[in-house]
Amino acid sequence: MTRVHDMGGRFGDGAVTPEPEDVIFHADWHPRALAITLAAASLGKWNIDVSRHARECLAPADYSGFSYYEKWLAGLADMLVTRGVVTAEELAGQAAPTPSPLAEKTLKRDQVAAVLARGGPADRPSDVATAFAPGDVVITRKLAENTTVVGGHTRLPRYAAGARGRILRLHGSHVLPDSNAHGLGEAPEPLYAVAFPAAELWAQPEHPNDEVVLDLWQSYLRAP
Amino acid sequence: MEYFQAIERPSAWPLDRGQNLRHFAAMPHDHADHPHALLPSDPALRVKALETLLTAKGLVDPAALDEIIDTYENRIGPRNGARVVARAWADPAFRAALLDDATAVVAEMGFYGRQGEHMVAVENTDAVHNMVVCTLCSCYPWPLLGIPPGWYKSDAYRARVVREPRKVLAEFGVTLSEDTAVRVWDSTAEVRYLVIPQRPAGTEGLDEEALMALVSRDSMIGTGLAGA
Repeated sequence: MTRVHDMGGRFGDGAVTPEPEDVIFHADWHPRALAITLAAASLGKWNIDVSRHARECLAPADYSGFSYYEKWLAGLADMLVTRGVVTAEELAGQAAPTPSPLAEKTLKRDQVAAVLARGGPADRPSDVATAFAPGDVVITRKLAENTTVVGGHTRLPRYAAGARGRILRLHGSHVLPDSNAHGLGEAPEPLYAVAFPAAELWAQPEHPNDEVVLDLWQSYLRAP
Repeated sequence: MEYFQAIERPSAWPLDRGQNLRHFAAMPHDHADHPHALLPSDPALRVKALETLLTAKGLVDPAALDEIIDTYENRIGPRNGARVVARAWADPAFRAALLDDATAVVAEMGFYGRQGEHMVAVENTDAVHNMVVCTLCSCYPWPLLGIPPGWYKSDAYRARVVREPRKVLAEFGVTLSEDTAVRVWDSTAEVRYLVIPQRPAGTEGLDEEALMALVSRDSMIGTGLAGA
């Protein structure tokens, strides 16, 4: 709950500016930043939860000031060094790059289509029994924080912490980001779509019948 | 270094402070300084520096980067989603299967892959208007809609659409009836949502291609209406 990326419901941002459908990138370097990030992921030194957390760990001023792909680049550079893929000296251009033992995993042109098409499904078999069914009332954790790692990754937004909702659907069992982002295992558990009346989340909802739906893991939820 | 000769260094180059290197080598969970600060300040040069370094280390194949870019610039985009919507409008059995298990149905059409591994289709009606966001980052159904638009990734959309979806809709020129409830889906897990917009009146008898032309990208995120 203390990180700047958790901005749902925040006041003070300006208007949303629509844009035409044929605008895909906004600068020449954007597609390159996207491609390098995807290619580096196939080296297998981190998973999607680690990479999300790397971006979330940017200093608040950087996170707010960086454009989308700048956040990607910064997270990538930080992971490359902290995971030992490159040295800080190499990153700074102060040491000649040495060949990497990871090079055998380098994504080749003829592998791209298959890798993008395969994706990275997050559903897993789990020993955790399903505790809730559609229609059940649940209450989210009071604090939107990782309960194991201080300042760690979680996918419960602050605006939905301590809120009462109802189970809409069960998505099956999925990898738990709070664990997987920190090398603590995939720890799969049931994942649900949970609906919250707007009035449960906001003091002045726009309309009494509006709702927000979040995908939440079972350990984020309790029965009332 | 030869690789970095083209890169202009900022005047206060962080590595001038040698103690930073030891700091980075044993980085705690949180830290005041980040390795990314070692890169040039201009983002275009930052990308160039990373690509040059990773290529020199044998970790990036520039031809693979070209292939990734070509995929998302030319092959994967919102026309994929529009085809799904058009078919759902025209074929009741397809629509029912899509609402029951979108992942399987769109995979059969060839629309499966990165950031679309777990798909759910949600249908707009007179009673409910669905909208999609990812407040925590910018999760988006890439195989069906391509790269997310700039506004989808903006702080303004991420911050505001959960609290004031109708004000955000007004900025897209959309006004809903007071009888229509808004349901905003915050994509907090690896499930990705596709909005099936309402089929415009007077489109009976149109074929799939003609129906597709009515389906905008924004209508499949929920910030637009089909045929508008």
